[in-house]
Amino acid sequence: MSVAARAAALGAAFLVVVGVGIFVAVYYIGAATTQLPIVHYSASGGQVSVVLQEDPQNNTATTPDWVSYYTQDPVSKQWLHTTLFSVPENTKVNVTIYGYDGCTPLRNNYFSQVQGTMGGTVTVSQFDQHGKEYVTNDTTSVINSWSDCNVGHTFAIPAMGIFVPVASPNAQLSANNLCSSSPCTTSGNPYAVETFSFMSPSHTGTWRWQCLVPCGGGYLDGNSGPMQTLGWMMGEMDVVSS
Amino acid sequence: MSSTETPAAAGAPRTEPRHGWRLFVIWFVLSLPSVLIIWFVWKPHMPPGDMSSSAQHQQFDIAVLAVTGAPVVIGVVLYFIYAIVVWRAKGDEGDGEPIYGNTKVQATWIIGTSAIVLWLAVFGTIELIGPAGAGAGEGPSPIWTLAGKQSATWTPGSDDILEVQVIGQQWVWTYRYPQFGGMESTELMLPEGMPVAFHVTSLDVIHSFWAYQLGVKADANPGVDNVAFTTPKAMGSFTVRCNELCGIWHGAMYNYGQVVSPTSFQTWASGVQAKEQADGVLAALPPFSLTYDPTVIPQLGKNIVTVDGITGAAGYYYGPGNPVTP
Repeated sequence: MSVAARAAALGAAFLVVVGVGIFVAVYYIGAATTQLPIVHYSASGGQVSVVLQEDPQNNTATTPDWVSYYTQDPVSKQWLHTTLFSVPENTKVNVTIYGYDGCTPLRNNYFSQVQGTMGGTVTVSQFDQHGKEYVTNDTTSVINSWSDCNVGHTFAIPAMGIFVPVASPNAQLSANNLCSSSPCTTSGNPYAVETFSFMSPSHTGTWRWQCLVPCGGGYLDGNSGPMQTLGWMMGEMDVVSS
Repeated sequence: MSSTETPAAAGAPRTEPRHGWRLFVIWFVLSLPSVLIIWFVWKPHMPPGDMSSSAQHQQFDIAVLAVTGAPVVIGVVLYFIYAIVVWRAKGDEGDGEPIYGNTKVQATWIIGTSAIVLWLAVFGTIELIGPAGAGAGEGPSPIWTLAGKQSATWTPGSDDILEVQVIGQQWVWTYRYPQFGGMESTELMLPEGMPVAFHVTSLDVIHSFWAYQLGVKADANPGVDNVAFTTPKAMGSFTVRCNELCGIWHGAMYNYGQVVSPTSFQTWASGVQAKEQADGVLAALPPFSLTYDPTVIPQLGKNIVTVDGITGAAGYYYGPGNPVTP
């Protein structure tokens, strides 16, 4: 084989290897990012309603014991195991979070303070497993996770200055009666309902959101697993054109 | 013998030009404008700018290093080019003359490089002391400290050092101001022209506090009080980034700080303190400490693992197994 033919063969082999590598990377990265559905919330009257729940477990086969957020489809009202949702730009976003998971102390109790919501407050109601409402529409700017054990997780969009402690069932209910099948329902389970509002950014883009409670049970410092995985305790809010 | 040489000329001894002087003149002509351009044109635009005493020193240091290094680079490159052009073998002239050393060249090289190294060592040491640690973390017991007064309170226009605790956690920065009741904020506000001591720590993994335009960079280690000093010299905003890979959202762990006038700073800090006092946030925070054990709730005097049946083990927020709660 001539030198030119050998060089051409080597070049072709190199291109094949590179091509296969790129294909594999694109295939898996693409698969990883498209596995999670994105829930699209449309505005009505200049407002949009985002509904989430956080559970002590989830309904996947691979990691069923990871704590997890769920997002409600606005049309079908089905709970989807995703943390990706979109809202229109420059729109009032009304968020409702159902807190089914038990209370956990925050690592930095500063985040017991509500920040970045309209009025700097959230409104909380809490129910026991029989549906009895033992806290009704409590509007507050602080939910102290250390003294009251009423915070399950947080909903934080750091780039927007939004830090919201998410209420949980109280300590006794957290220890004994938590929902054990996801997605959880209000029937037969203790839970908290928390509502708050904020304005979506005036320009399109993607804002990441996360939980600040180290809730990765079984991982060092509780900081891995669901804490670092899209679809569980962290997600992205796409702001799209209205 | 080349075709242009005459027999008479071929018989005469070859006169070599004074290569050393020729090289020196070329080197000087190239180096002088290079040094002037670096110092007067490039230096004002060198990172990280001149927003603080640390940044000013770093900009000055980088410019001095560039001014020191440029003539060396020019000399080396010039020598290579000169050798290739002037001393290139022209045709087959056989082996070159053996070289047994040149005392003058060797002495010049040794003295020159020694002077540069010693100069850089002395200059570097002086510059490290000058801005009190060059803007880097010095650990819990700084060797070089800022001129200023450590005080439980802070007053605009005084020489009080403003204490700012920088707390890293995945993936946000928060800042505590012990001289303002231990209030905490996600905003980093600093007063212009006043000395600042950063106490950098972490609640979980290792982070690194990097206030780029201030020229301050200090590792944030859990259980460690890493102290860094600076004095803001100009008002405006600056970027705070995490400079230590700390998890999947490491790249998003940034925010912006502001340098404002001392009176504006006091107004802001007092306002945040009053609001957090009124809202009960100050009561919810742990007492100010140079480091925190996030597995302990100070107000309860208990370890988190004993509260509400949450499982855990020494050194772990949760135990290796799944926690009972949540």
